Amino acid sequence: MKKVLALVLAFVMVFALAACGGSGKSSANTVTIGVFEPASGDNGAGGKQETLGVQYANSVQPTVEIGGKTYNVVVKYVDNESSNDKAPSAAAELVNAGCSIVLGSYGSGVSIAGGPTFEAAGIPAVGITCTNPQVTEGNTYYFRICFLDPFQGTVLANYAFNELGVTKAYCLNKLGDDYSGGLVKYFIDAFEGLGGECVHEEFPDGNSDFTSYVANAKAADCGVFFSPVSTEAAQLIIDQVVAQGASFPLLAGDTWDSNVILQAAKGKDVQVTVTTFYPEGADASFDSSIKAWINGDSTNLANNGGDDTVAAVTAMGYDAYFFALAAMQKAGSTEPAKVMEALWSTEINGVTGPIALDQTNGDAIRNTAFVKQADTATGTWIALDPVTVG
Amino acid sequence: MELRKDKKKDALCTAVALAGMFVVLLVMELTMKSTSILFTVLKKGVIYALVAVSMNLLNGFTGLFSLGQAGFMLIGAYTYSILSMPVSVKMGESVYKYYDCAIGIELGIFPSLILAGIIAAVFAALIGLPVLRLKSDYLAIATLGFAEILRAFFQWDAMGPVTNGANVLRQYKDLTKVKIPFTSIPFPPTLFCFLVSGICIAIIVLLINSSYGRAFKAIRDDEIAAEAMGINLFKHKEMSFVISSFFAGISGAMLAMFQYTVQAAQFKTAMTYEILLIVVIGGIGSITGSCIASFLFIACNEWWLRFLDESSNNILGLNILRSGFRKVVFSIIIMIIVLFFSKGIMGEREFSWERIRAFFRDPFGAKSRRAKKAAASEGGES
Amino acid sequence: MSFLQNSLPYILAGISVGGQYALIAIGYTMVYGILRLINFAHGDVFMAAGMFMVFLSASLPLGVAVPLVLLLTVLLGFLIERAAYKPLRSAPRMSVMISAIGVSYLLQNCALYFTGGLAKVYPQLPWLSDTVTIFGAVTKRVTLITPILTLLLVIGLSLFIRYTKVGMAMRAVSKDFETARLMGIKVNSVISMTFIIGSLLAAVGSLLYFTNYASVTPTSGGMPGLKCFVAAVIGGTGTIPRAVLGAILNGICETILKGLGWTTFSDAFTFALLIVILLVKPTGLFGEKATDKV
Repeated sequence: MKKVLALVLAFVMVFALAACGGSGKSSANTVTIGVFEPASGDNGAGGKQETLGVQYANSVQPTVEIGGKTYNVVVKYVDNESSNDKAPSAAAELVNAGCSIVLGSYGSGVSIAGGPTFEAAGIPAVGITCTNPQVTEGNTYYFRICFLDPFQGTVLANYAFNELGVTKAYCLNKLGDDYSGGLVKYFIDAFEGLGGECVHEEFPDGNSDFTSYVANAKAADCGVFFSPVSTEAAQLIIDQVVAQGASFPLLAGDTWDSNVILQAAKGKDVQVTVTTFYPEGADASFDSSIKAWINGDSTNLANNGGDDTVAAVTAMGYDAYFFALAAMQKAGSTEPAKVMEALWSTEINGVTGPIALDQTNGDAIRNTAFVKQADTATGTWIALDPVTVG
Repeated sequence: MELRKDKKKDALCTAVALAGMFVVLLVMELTMKSTSILFTVLKKGVIYALVAVSMNLLNGFTGLFSLGQAGFMLIGAYTYSILSMPVSVKMGESVYKYYDCAIGIELGIFPSLILAGIIAAVFAALIGLPVLRLKSDYLAIATLGFAEILRAFFQWDAMGPVTNGANVLRQYKDLTKVKIPFTSIPFPPTLFCFLVSGICIAIIVLLINSSYGRAFKAIRDDEIAAEAMGINLFKHKEMSFVISSFFAGISGAMLAMFQYTVQAAQFKTAMTYEILLIVVIGGIGSITGSCIASFLFIACNEWWLRFLDESSNNILGLNILRSGFRKVVFSIIIMIIVLFFSKGIMGEREFSWERIRAFFRDPFGAKSRRAKKAAASEGGES
Repeated sequence: MSFLQNSLPYILAGISVGGQYALIAIGYTMVYGILRLINFAHGDVFMAAGMFMVFLSASLPLGVAVPLVLLLTVLLGFLIERAAYKPLRSAPRMSVMISAIGVSYLLQNCALYFTGGLAKVYPQLPWLSDTVTIFGAVTKRVTLITPILTLLLVIGLSLFIRYTKVGMAMRAVSKDFETARLMGIKVNSVISMTFIIGSLLAAVGSLLYFTNYASVTPTSGGMPGLKCFVAAVIGGTGTIPRAVLGAILNGICETILKGLGWTTFSDAFTFALLIVILLVKPTGLFGEKATDKV
């Protein structure tokens, strides 16, 4: 009897849930934008900040006029759990929701894993801050509005070699992580091309003991510690560098441009320099209004890591939303295929600078990276001179 | 005589039901949008069903508590993707960016699938030699350890020319590349997954019903008695282990086909736990249970419960529903099943037409209960 | 001198990691000794202790938060045993282990829900978190405190088990469950006591561990937990000093491997060592009497 009851309950639940899943079909005057971002896992923190940008943009402009008709923009959020094996089903969920265009993801691995699903469904996806070249290569449905790792790696290597004046760098990335692995390889290529020398190591998933890595870097007499890993690991690395009293500066890519890093470095004797997409303060009116919006809601504040620092990924998320709207307006339709056609030639002036895509892979044409340094006394970023290559 | 007739009828019923299922699937795939999440869940569900059944063969039918399934899936997934990747991709820059690929051959889908199973089986045979001497929890922790070692091995830099290091593998022959033989018409992908898994599961069922299967069950029930009956313990354990790994390898390969990219990092211990939970929910020692449970598990985890994650569904101003709530609810359901329905959905039984017929004669056991009650009250009166 | 300066950080880190592993390993080995159960959820109890600390220290002074963390962790360990293991006392061993895996899954997902998937920064404990310099190697004070504290706790626990009535009951139950029950020992309360002690040590371990590696994520208990059990098996399960030795040995090996650049295999090494030891010396490195592992 117990079993029969359980079975009956299970079936009732299944149908109830299926009904829930089935509802929420878009009516005539709405257009759905999918947000394919991690809300948990390694990249949860960054994904949430990027999502905040989209949410804010959606609150600024909740409607869009396409082909003479006003549409309500529905934003559908799906958590891809920072995990490659959950990415296809998360992507399928977005496809199922009838999205016209998809934004995301933070972290290249999930974008690469989810890409074929969007391609098969014929829905264009716009990468916001996934910088690994493999995201758009060979996938005509994946675009991106940020710069790429070869570029970022070169900028960082140049910065280390020329500005910091070091000839030996220690590079650390996470094993099996496309983002940090890729960036480190390009950094090493560029740095050795300049005549420098690199020590390269990888740490396994779930590692929280960075003592040995920092000690290795010290033992090898490296002048700079390059580790463009997730913010979770970054906190531990900063902590350990301080604990061991290492004197070398820390260098990283766009992931470290986060208030998590500022909080970790605050009041400590450590130098942290990052390259990024947007320096806070570049657009004062955007900064002040998004700060007001973040402070106005406790959930947003928590998702932003507890304070109102504007992360570059948030600004990028904001731009991505408007880029998507511009593409749909240009297409004059919410049909994914037409939006995809239009994306190739869409151009906007975003808060992170002008955005236009190249015609080979649909990558952003960007040749400037902003450089920021953490002010450990106040816990804010100081903008250094941006670096332009090519 | 009567019994044999019934058996024949049942077999016919099963065949008709299975054929019906495939026809419905084919019709669905031809008429519905191929990108519907229903198909994603069906595909992943049937792939997990195969690996759950293969784990059940070990844990449920041979009584070997092994936790190495993720490791064998990893081998299968890597073997398949490396072998089926076009040579032009291997030699190009787009996948093997940091290494020169050492594997210069390209195979078709079926040879790659089978080799994926065979390589996993070979590894299993080697691992089984030392490990299968251990008992219950030590076997569990040792197999789990081997899965971790395999993962580290595949991520090793020195293996780079073969495995692309810890980096992602892609652009191999995925589900969209399956063609109907001798034509260039794409094979319906969900149907393909069902066919391959179905054949594999059928083989496992045949094996379980053979004399080898009876030997496995004898080992499960009592090792010493089994040995006394002349069953070679080690030979049969090793056999069960190798066969189970073979099918885990194939399901790993299909998972690779399904998800377009493969990376060693995803084949963690957590994956083995998921498969184990599927086996438990379905009932340890029941093939049909494992199949049903894997569909329910995947659908709940990745589809039906997703609404729990959306804060827009909150009512009464309570902020309970937010990202992650789905997983909490899901794990509570699992705990309830583990604690209160420890036999799972099917227990050790299989699906049978006899029980269906019995169910319709006497729904929910109401009649028999009434009869029992009546008998009891009569007994009380007299 | 420079050799010492270069290698000292590794050795210090190794001993400290080993000490923290030891505190977790004790919980595993005690439960295993009595119930013959690999308590897969123990690593997650350790993680939960870290989470309690993060959330409590946000609103309470440390002097109140720390005892409260210890208390809550003990309560959690106790409740897990009562809710998830006790009902399955007569069930096959595999079911209990599966229940443990289920609890581990539940704890991780609850942590995921309450943290929103973000890593939480562990509060700085004054004095413990300060940096100190010994022989030119710079490290946190907790690194030096850990082995000492571990040693004291182990000695205390050994005395407890040897000389108190409860300790004697524990030894009796781990020797023979059924006979102990016949002798009038309240087996259930002895088991509860085991979980309480195990959880308490895990909470102390988590204080030390997370002071060293200052961030807590829902999965930060998984791998250390598994490794600690393995370490306990390597040392020889069942008795506490052996498990502690195994854990410390394991911690040192791991750090040395990382120092040599074999980082890919730092987790795998533990398991490789386990398999070798299970096959060559099934009673553990320091074990003597035969058990039924093979």
